Amino acid sequence: MAYLDLSALEKSYGANHVVKSFDLGIEQGEFVSLLGPSGCGKTTVLRMVAGFETPSAGAIRIGGQEVTHLRPNQRNIGMVFQAYALFPNLTVAQNVGFGLKIAGLPSREIALRVADMLELIGLPEMGSRYPFQLSGGQQQRVALARALAPRPRVLLLDEPLSALDAKIRVSLRAEIRDIQRKLGITTIFVTHDQEEALSMSDRVVVMNGGRAEQVGAPFEVYNQPKTRFVANFVGTLNALEAIVTDPGAGKVTIQGQPLRLPQAVQAQAGAVLTLALRPEAVHLHGDGDISLPARIAELQFMGSVIRVNAEHAMGVIKLDLFNKPDTPPPAVGEDIALRFWAKDLIALD
Amino acid sequence: MTSSRLWRSLPWNGLGVLPFVLFAVLFLLLPTAHIVAGAFVDAAGGFTLKNIFNLFRPEIINAFWLSIRLSLTSAVIGCGIGFAIALAVVFGGLPRALRGVVMTFSGVTSNFAGVPLAFAYVATLGRVGFVTVLLRDWFGVNLYALGFNMISFWGLTAAYVFFQIPLMVLIITPAIDGLRREWREAAEVLGASNAQYWRLVALPVLAPSLLGTLALLFANAFGAVATAIALTGSLLSIAPILLFNQIRGDVLGDPHLGYALAFAMIVITGVSNGVYVVMRARAERWLK
Amino acid sequence: MKRFWAWAAIGVAAVYFFLPLLGMLEFSLKMRRGEYSLDAYASVLGDPQFQASFGYSVIMAGLTIVFGVLIVVPTVFWVRLKLPRLRPVMEFVTLLPLVIPPIVIVFGYVRLFNTSSWLPLTGSALGTDFLLLCGYAVLSLPYMYRAVDTGLAAIDLRTLTEAAQSLGAGWITVLARVILPNVLVAVLSGAFLTFAIVIGEYVFAALLDRPAFGPYLVWAGGNKAYEPAALAVMTFALTWGCMALIQAVTRFSKHTRMPR
Repeated sequence: MAYLDLSALEKSYGANHVVKSFDLGIEQGEFVSLLGPSGCGKTTVLRMVAGFETPSAGAIRIGGQEVTHLRPNQRNIGMVFQAYALFPNLTVAQNVGFGLKIAGLPSREIALRVADMLELIGLPEMGSRYPFQLSGGQQQRVALARALAPRPRVLLLDEPLSALDAKIRVSLRAEIRDIQRKLGITTIFVTHDQEEALSMSDRVVVMNGGRAEQVGAPFEVYNQPKTRFVANFVGTLNALEAIVTDPGAGKVTIQGQPLRLPQAVQAQAGAVLTLALRPEAVHLHGDGDISLPARIAELQFMGSVIRVNAEHAMGVIKLDLFNKPDTPPPAVGEDIALRFWAKDLIALD
Repeated sequence: MTSSRLWRSLPWNGLGVLPFVLFAVLFLLLPTAHIVAGAFVDAAGGFTLKNIFNLFRPEIINAFWLSIRLSLTSAVIGCGIGFAIALAVVFGGLPRALRGVVMTFSGVTSNFAGVPLAFAYVATLGRVGFVTVLLRDWFGVNLYALGFNMISFWGLTAAYVFFQIPLMVLIITPAIDGLRREWREAAEVLGASNAQYWRLVALPVLAPSLLGTLALLFANAFGAVATAIALTGSLLSIAPILLFNQIRGDVLGDPHLGYALAFAMIVITGVSNGVYVVMRARAERWLK
Repeated sequence: MKRFWAWAAIGVAAVYFFLPLLGMLEFSLKMRRGEYSLDAYASVLGDPQFQASFGYSVIMAGLTIVFGVLIVVPTVFWVRLKLPRLRPVMEFVTLLPLVIPPIVIVFGYVRLFNTSSWLPLTGSALGTDFLLLCGYAVLSLPYMYRAVDTGLAAIDLRTLTEAAQSLGAGWITVLARVILPNVLVAVLSGAFLTFAIVIGEYVFAALLDRPAFGPYLVWAGGNKAYEPAALAVMTFALTWGCMALIQAVTRFSKHTRMPR
């Protein structure tokens, strides 16, 4: 059994079924993200692990011990909230030492541990400040230190970065991951930001409508989405309609051009199949299994990447080009050919 | 050209607030300043501290002492009960509609002070009042035989509490609303019990608001005249009634002593309001 | 358990607050021996002194509201728009009437504006009326200022003003046609509160010796038995009415205010 084990979790408020048969096993030291749109049940799962919500059915085990019906203050869990939630009446050091004081540690030991934690988050001089004297990023790091100080078994992060400025958000991602690795603490991270989830996690759980749609490593979830929802929610996607010609052999046609998919197709001959394609898999130059004539409708210069909207006979395809300083980008209105490989097409059911 | 520039450089912007400044100076600042200055002037118009020293006469000291005790007691009781009601409204799991009812009712009763309050009080606890008769006829308890007297310290305190409680509810409820759910959850997840959360986080966070409101309630009761006059005539010698009688007809036999009396009242209400302002600023800084 | 204590707290408070109200209501109905009647009310309403003093106070309250609005609204508007640095000063000055006991302020009036002073307002009835009006405006200043200030904070004053001016409106038009409608709810709240404060006010009226409702109440309290209770019931109803109107206009505005 995994270190943190959620089995068959259910939660409903009256007729409103928020979490449905949710299973997840997390190994010790693993960093797992719950990713999904608001209302998908990810926060409810987290709050059930913390003990703020009681599951309608199912069980939660930590290190083999069943904690499903324990009060939050008996679970030895660390949690970081979206809006910092530092105690405004206590200094940074008192905030970090709060859990230790509750646990009844001698004050000398508390002082030592607090100093260690402040060192860890890179704010060693800030112990005597009050929360309102800190920036948002600093407050959230203190909140992390406060959650980690009592050496919890599991760390829960509830959208900890979404209240912060874009720049700090990115730098704090790396910092959180770094600290998590250093301490080897089992962590659940809730977010609606796919970039955060993909960049930080060992594994990502994509949630929708109270269910886990797909669980896997970031590379896997991004490149082999199992469902249409996952494909759409994680990253940008182009949809192409294809007509099945030979399901067994995976043969289809796109705008009359024959193509052989890497795997067999679960559809009858003559059926219309939607295929998904990541923007970075489309090229304007070089080879491909297929070449669609198109015209450039819009260009967004984003720095290292240029995002292009190209109109073709059946719709619009988004593609990403790398910026090359010596090659000027194509112009709006220019006629081009969109090329891509059959192996990059993802069949969605 | 130059004259129009001069014309424009005049502080015309200040002109927009002239009516208000005139009004405030003439009818608020100047009268008050006149009183304060009068407290430090003798009959001949020279500076003196004699008026202030003259305040330390037994009848004046006693009046102030009674006023302070009355205001403090009614403020503490009002604070305690008002806080309990506000807690019940915010955290008690009561129907949501009840909150609106309590707040509206508080708005009305906190403004229902003065003379009518005294009448309601007499009609309830007077010699033939509603509750007095009720207790006598149904329970055989004679309040007045037990030593109850409306025109006494506790009698007046009970009347003051009637407008202190709703004022407390009105001011402290938003402060309690400011306690964030995450604070409780953060404390809980760090191992704290409900009692520890209240002792270490919630009460310290509310402390400035509680203390500040206590100061405000104190000042509120200290300056109140009408309820006491309507209830006791001029029998109970509290500081504002003493001043009232002095204004009507120099009962102290020294016009300048009246100024000193008024000045002392300003000092007391000023200090307690200062406490309120400082505490509120502190609470707001925290709750940001 | 928690809910039990919450209900208990509310219950005890309800008893404490309803008993005096019930008491005064019951007492006010007891004038006729042996049965409940509205005799006390009839006696009050038929008393010419009541009619005169109540009428006087209603007129004073109305004038106070008009005077207060004329003083406060343009000032708050101007300070917010042109002199934002003055705001802390305004906050302080408008807080003073809560700090200085009213009896001290009126004491200042009596001494400063007496018949032998440079501005002998108390020398004539009309002058004293004006002084009382100013006193009431001072009393209501903290509430009026805060209501209007909050109301103006909720709208984008600068943009609205500049938009109106760019369309050719003068200052008076801006104030009357653009600003006032937008803060009408705030002004009305302040007005009803002012009314509730002024109508039963005692100290100012008594010490300036004007025939207002407050002194009449005290006189009735000393000289009549059942009428004071009836008067208290009527005043309470009036206060309740003012608060209900404040709630009503606030709620109404929430429905009509445009989304921003």
